[in-house]
Amino acid sequence: MPVSLTNSKLIYDALKECDIRLLSALPETWLVHLIRMTDEDPEMILLRLAKEEEGVGISAGAHFAGVKSAMLMQNHGFLASINGIVSFAHLYKIPLLMLISYRGSFGERDPWQTQGGNVTEPLLRALGIPYSFLDKAESAKTRIRQAQTLAESSLQPVALLLMRELMWEE
Amino acid sequence: MLRVECLKSIYSELESCLVVTIMGAAAAELQSLGHRPNFFYLQHAMGLASSTGLGLALCLPEQRVIVIDGDGSLLMNLGSLSTMARYRPKKLVHVVFDNESLLSVGGFPTATSAGADLEGIARASGIPQVATVHSVENFKATVTNALHGRELTTIIAKVEAKGPAAYVTDLSLVENRFQFRRHIQSLKDR
Repeated sequence: MPVSLTNSKLIYDALKECDIRLLSALPETWLVHLIRMTDEDPEMILLRLAKEEEGVGISAGAHFAGVKSAMLMQNHGFLASINGIVSFAHLYKIPLLMLISYRGSFGERDPWQTQGGNVTEPLLRALGIPYSFLDKAESAKTRIRQAQTLAESSLQPVALLLMRELMWEE
Repeated sequence: MLRVECLKSIYSELESCLVVTIMGAAAAELQSLGHRPNFFYLQHAMGLASSTGLGLALCLPEQRVIVIDGDGSLLMNLGSLSTMARYRPKKLVHVVFDNESLLSVGGFPTATSAGADLEGIARASGIPQVATVHSVENFKATVTNALHGRELTTIIAKVEAKGPAAYVTDLSLVENRFQFRRHIQSLKDR
């Protein structure tokens, strides 16, 4: 499977360096290595969800408990989480670090992903969610640290879009 | 059976728990009995109270956590039962007040009024301990036992579709959230 193991490890290590100890996830091709690394790490709590919106509640619970967390999801999972983001994370000022695989954008071969790709960034903007891209190995670690810092200081959801250039090796 | 009577019967037990409630009548009635810093009222995001309790319980495994859920909210996030059952924190108790109705928005009947069986759904989702109760005495005994046990429990409490006169209280949502988190931090510092 041409999902980049090297760059998945880079992302995983950067998350751990931010003291993240809980990850919620729903499987998606680009996330397979990240989910496996979480599952194999005794220092990390992995929650495999039925639907991504559950992760908003779980991350809020973790925040109340003083545990830093992140959500791993596909952009369609982000779409499925929007009510939770608005009427929990925004309403109650909950920091959320969302790592969202940006499917359906340039280079996408799967027709079923393409509509979600069209609306991902417009929706992030409409919701006022600060976002940036993880597209290069050199800058990924810094971006993750910066996103986590902003989520914690602003007490709001912040998104990192996982890009094909970083996640996929043709 | 009235929800507020049920809440009254366990109010003293709640002192040593972290409590997460859903919006609407459950939140307003618990506040009417007396707010405490260990009570968090999720006044929107229907369905996510159980997820919040799960996050708390997994991060604080020695802390008793109780979620006060409702049929309308749980029906919006039935997958949460399977996620809770998968990780089954030992000190999480999930109470579902089933009044077969979306009371806060005018009393529209939910699927439990047409036969959907939340006890059966919870059991089939893998929740290790499940019960349905119809009286305040039984409610109090079942919840108290569950809180002192060491197994994830879902308790369906069949209640009348009656709520408080008003739903908005003078506790700001954000104030509640900061107070709740600070309370948890103070438990850690003890």
